[in-house]
Amino acid sequence: MKLALKIAWRFLTSSKGQTILIILGIAIGVSVQVFIGSLIAGLQQSLIDTAVGRSSQITIRPVNRDDRIPDYEAIITKVKATEPEINSISPVVDSSAFILANDSTYPTLLRGLQFDTADGIYRINEGILEGKLPTGDQVMLGKEFMDEAKLKVGDTISLVTASGTKRDVTVSGIFDLGVANLNKNWALSEMGLVQSIFDLGDQVTSIESQVSDVFTADVVGANIQKVVPSSLKVENWKDLNASLLSGLNGQSISSLMIQVFVLVSVVLGIASVLAISVAQKSRQLGILKAMGIRDRIASLIFLLQGFILGIFGAILGVGFGLGLAVAFTKFALNPDGTPVIDLFIDPQFIAISALVALAAATLAALIPARSSSRLEPIEVIRNG
Amino acid sequence: MANVISLRNVNKIYGTEIKTQVLYDVNLDVEENSFSSIIGQSGSGKSTLLNIIGTLDKPTSGEVFINGIRTTEMKKDALAKVRNETIGFVFQFHYLLPEFTAYENIIMPYRIKGDAITPEVNERALELIHLMGLDKVKDNRATKMSGGQQQRTSIARALINNPKIILADEPTGNLDSDTTEKVYDLMRDINDKFKTTFLVITHDPRIAQKTDRIIEIKDGRISLDLVNQIA
Ligand SMILES: Nc1ncnc2c1ncn2[C@@H]1O[C@H](COP(=O)(O)OP(=O)(O)OP(=O)(O)O)[C@@H](O)[C@H]1O
Ligand SMILES: [Mg+2]
Repeated sequence: MKLALKIAWRFLTSSKGQTILIILGIAIGVSVQVFIGSLIAGLQQSLIDTAVGRSSQITIRPVNRDDRIPDYEAIITKVKATEPEINSISPVVDSSAFILANDSTYPTLLRGLQFDTADGIYRINEGILEGKLPTGDQVMLGKEFMDEAKLKVGDTISLVTASGTKRDVTVSGIFDLGVANLNKNWALSEMGLVQSIFDLGDQVTSIESQVSDVFTADVVGANIQKVVPSSLKVENWKDLNASLLSGLNGQSISSLMIQVFVLVSVVLGIASVLAISVAQKSRQLGILKAMGIRDRIASLIFLLQGFILGIFGAILGVGFGLGLAVAFTKFALNPDGTPVIDLFIDPQFIAISALVALAAATLAALIPARSSSRLEPIEVIRNG
Repeated sequence: MANVISLRNVNKIYGTEIKTQVLYDVNLDVEENSFSSIIGQSGSGKSTLLNIIGTLDKPTSGEVFINGIRTTEMKKDALAKVRNETIGFVFQFHYLLPEFTAYENIIMPYRIKGDAITPEVNERALELIHLMGLDKVKDNRATKMSGGQQQRTSIARALINNPKIILADEPTGNLDSDTTEKVYDLMRDINDKFKTTFLVITHDPRIAQKTDRIIEIKDGRISLDLVNQIA
């Protein structure tokens, strides 16, 4: 083993140009993998973040649409106790209503929230553009709605229910949740206001929550379903966003395909260069065999060459890839100076890419290793 | 004295379609500690014979015994061990490993044997280097040495494992006559000093004259086998 390593190392260092070329080849392959992988992962993260980052990922609501949840405090306590994966959980009173402002009527979703807990889901405090959170007979409206209805903070508007009840409220502030649709259609207030307008007592319409790992939402949801009364159903974002998920899935697969093809080309490259090097070193192999080196050790020389090339290629490739990724986030910027895509650097993914390249390099060396083991010393000795 | 090499009815036929018989029923015994030469015309089968003795090639039929052990039926790894420990080769075209220094080339068969390098082996390598007059070039890569130096390096390499037998195929074939003389004198010294058996192919009659026994091959047969009284 030591001898094989010494010979492998010497073979590699005595034809430096060729060695550097293969290492560069592997490194470029690995760096493409690391870069593309991080790019796609970052892309997916930002997509998921946009889609479900500021929304309820698991929602508990009555099976029957017109029912309410009376004992929501007890349910929240129970859910928190059973599922440590739940990050934030908050009761909500939702109801559709109309907003009467400046002689125009707008349909709206009136959302009664418990702001201290709802902030964990919607990051409302972060999203306040102007004014403050509503209390009592106040509502907070979205940026787009305020523009459309030509309202400003402090204005008075009327909330009208389908049955005709009307309540005057003042606008306490403007929010921007990052999604135009929500900014236009949501009116936020304290739970109590909605409960009193619609005469709901201390009942809520749903309980919303977020989990620490968004992809576990379905499993966590299923666990929650087991502990809540059967009159309630538990929905999770994955079931409701099948098309987004299949899109992400398609992206993952195409990313995997790219990586597989890069890998194949790396393997072919190494295999062919090492095959050439067996031919180049057949004289040396013949001499070593005439001196009594065993076939196994002779093969090991080439296997180790592949391994050494793989190690250096992988290390260099990870360096290149990370460099590329950093350069990308530094130089590919939006007008406001934020990166176009935040890359997601996953150490585990990078470690796997490096290990796979290493394994591929070693595997690629198997073919030349086999042919080196078959070489008969007499061929070399006889033919000079 | 015991025979370290014995050939029994060795035939060698090359090719499967067009068959060329190169060796015909060769019988040969070589005694321990002897210094013999093989002469003969080009193409007579000398190298073929030597390669068969050295287990690098296999006879088409017949038996080969090295140090009393039959090698004709042995497995590849076992043959490799015989070559490594019992036989030292010196080839016409010196065949050093160009990636390694003279010292590293000389020590290589010992490393192949698999034992750790002891101070004694290092001592022995340096002694051989000194004996071959290679002190100045011992750390040169094989490619940075003259032909004679390379040839002496390969002789030192053949000796490092203290083999019973040295097989040399025209070891001085491309050296000038002075150097040729020197290399032969060295081999002679080693034959005396380490009791190593030498079997040497040569084209040079003056060299053959100096050996204990002259074996002539003609058309694949031993045509002459005489013990040299003069040497
Ligand atoms: N692989 C082979 N296939 C067919 N014929 C071969 C092969 N190797 C050698 N021969 C033939 O065998 C004969 C003996 O070859 P060998 O190399 O043993 O001769 P030699 O006595 O060493 O000659 P020289 O003095 O030129 O080295 C030659 O006629 C050669 O053409
Ligand atoms: Mg010959």
